[in-house]
Amino acid sequence: MPWTAVCISKDDSLRFEQDGHRCLSYVEALNEAQRQALDSDPEVFLIGEGIDDVGGVFGSTKGLKEAFGDRVMDMPIAENGLTGVVSAAAGVGMKPVLVHMRADFLPMSMDQLTNHAAKWHYMSGGQTSIPLVVRSIIGRGWGSAAQHSQGTHSMFLSTPGLKIALPSTPYDAKGLFLSAMQDPNPVLIFEHRWLYDSVGPVPEEMYAVPLGEAIVRRKGSDVTIVAVSQTVQQAIQAADTLAEKGIEVEVVDPRTIAPLDMKTIMESVSKTGRLVICDVSCKTGGYGAEIVCRLAESDPALLQAPVHRVSFPDLPTPNSPVLEEAYYPGVDDIIAAVEAALS
Amino acid sequence: MNTAEIPRRDLLETMVLLRCFEEKIVEVYGRQDMKTPVHLYIGQEAIATGVCAHLRKEDYLVTTHRSHAHCLAKGADPQALYAEFYGRVDGCCKGMGGSMHPAFPDLGIIGTSAIVGGGIPHGVGTALASSLRGDDRISVVFFGDGASEEGTFHESLNFAALKKLPVLFVCENNGYATVSPLFNRQPNPDVSERAKGYGITSYCVDGNDVEAVYEAADKAVKQLRQGGGPVFIEAKTYRWKGHVGPGEDWKTGARDREELEQWKKECPLKRYLAKLKEDGVSASDFDALVQKTDAMLDAALEEARKSEFPPTEQMYELLYRKGGC
Ligand SMILES: Cc1ncc(C[n+]2csc(CCOP(=O)(O)OP(=O)(O)O)c2C)c(N)n1
Repeated sequence: MPWTAVCISKDDSLRFEQDGHRCLSYVEALNEAQRQALDSDPEVFLIGEGIDDVGGVFGSTKGLKEAFGDRVMDMPIAENGLTGVVSAAAGVGMKPVLVHMRADFLPMSMDQLTNHAAKWHYMSGGQTSIPLVVRSIIGRGWGSAAQHSQGTHSMFLSTPGLKIALPSTPYDAKGLFLSAMQDPNPVLIFEHRWLYDSVGPVPEEMYAVPLGEAIVRRKGSDVTIVAVSQTVQQAIQAADTLAEKGIEVEVVDPRTIAPLDMKTIMESVSKTGRLVICDVSCKTGGYGAEIVCRLAESDPALLQAPVHRVSFPDLPTPNSPVLEEAYYPGVDDIIAAVEAALS
Repeated sequence: MNTAEIPRRDLLETMVLLRCFEEKIVEVYGRQDMKTPVHLYIGQEAIATGVCAHLRKEDYLVTTHRSHAHCLAKGADPQALYAEFYGRVDGCCKGMGGSMHPAFPDLGIIGTSAIVGGGIPHGVGTALASSLRGDDRISVVFFGDGASEEGTFHESLNFAALKKLPVLFVCENNGYATVSPLFNRQPNPDVSERAKGYGITSYCVDGNDVEAVYEAADKAVKQLRQGGGPVFIEAKTYRWKGHVGPGEDWKTGARDREELEQWKKECPLKRYLAKLKEDGVSASDFDALVQKTDAMLDAALEEARKSEFPPTEQMYELLYRKGGC
């Protein structure tokens, strides 16, 4: 299925192109999705710091200002207040997209998201809803250090009322965004800077990747890896390497961590009995902890071996390149975790 | 102010230090071994220089992502900064913070936030401590025009005015936040007007004129040391380089080259040199100063590069401060 594929190399995507599938990069897919959303609904508008810059938020909003004028607007550096502003615009039926260049700036919006946007529908007895989409980007490397490289998605997990998506392929980048635009609730989308250049098949028309549906990226019977965002690519690479040793890994990508599709994860674990979880944030309190807890709550006998998590250590990101190297897990760490789960 | 009271030679030397320090970064950045995002201050040197000339070592200073010059003007060791940028253990933060998070507690720089507006309350906090303790330290907090859009700006100014705290707010209005021009973000280009609304004494000065900054800061610091409550200085200036990195924005199409060339004519160093000609400072004196400074920085940079990388354990050890029960 081209739509579930994860293209690691250029050759992978060329294969699809030869089969007549159009391929785009992750950032092009995001750009196209926003363009189509703006085009199809006059209530849609985009706002963010530097959204109309020459760079266009790493290219993701390039050209949109020229095409849509006032509906693509630069924003003062006033994240919390503006999150409230756009939430209320959403509350009266508009479809705002708020963009943060980095996921690190999302905590500035946290008060408005967790105390207001997430609860408005509930508190108003269902009278008001907040169809807000917030994009933010996880980055890493080059001494970005502790305030410019965080994956902040876990921070929002314990706020009921928010939906949280982490697209890992160009297809999902477009499809999850377009679903978020149709969703009547606040949806946070975490993109990963290191995926921006990755290429894969993306249909030209508008389509939806439903929120709350996981996907099996690779079938296998020995171990389940649940991976999100950039770790999906790493998990596929690990699985390819392990396949050469005769180990068949199943890779499941939840795509959204709220709502979390436990059904697909449970089906996989009931087949393999072993679980490795990969994340792009610190370990404690991550979505992985939630998966393990839900497994333990519903059917602890499914697990035949201890679970292993591959995520950032519970530390702020250090600046020094040697420490960054030690800080971020890689494909080898996933392989080691799978082997540990099998031993 | 009587011009004889102005330490002209010191001001010139500091500006040269700040400029040469960053030009060295521009020179070596292409080697790609300084792996940290650098936000350069070139073009704005008169501000850090004119303000910090009034500070005592024990006074507190709060800076931003664009931090190098403020630290240097307060007396930071260039080598400790370079080593930090190289991620070495001899860096001012042992390689943990990089260019955006310097700390020199001995110089009253307890840490630096790269979250826009994040540092403004910190300057108010150190001033609150001074006020409660009754020591005579003052605090100065530098930030950009962009930071004045954050809630922290308004919340901090309000509280500082309410409690008459000894804090000097210095807004370096360089007309841009990343590449967004001021008029895209603020209806009133004079940030100091907002400080007046809180009843704070405010000055708006030419930020490329080091003596204008020096004189405003002189009045401000006198007021602070006498317990007269917070002061606000807005210094209008221009940043020559891109928001981050050694490049220039006209190359990416983010700004007009014309605009930059116009501002280069207002170079704070060149302007000051022209003025100092009256005092007999010649172009060759200036060149000699630049060469001497550059040689010192060359040596500092080389020493910094020779420093060791930190051990991996360091990142685990530093999570919590040891002690307590
Ligand atoms: C809360 C937050 N939002 C956005 C950013 C991204 N960012 C970094 S610097 C900057 C512009 C700052 O402009 P200004 O305060 O005028 O300082 P200058 O860079 O001009 O010195 C922005 C938007 C950030 N670091 N923190």
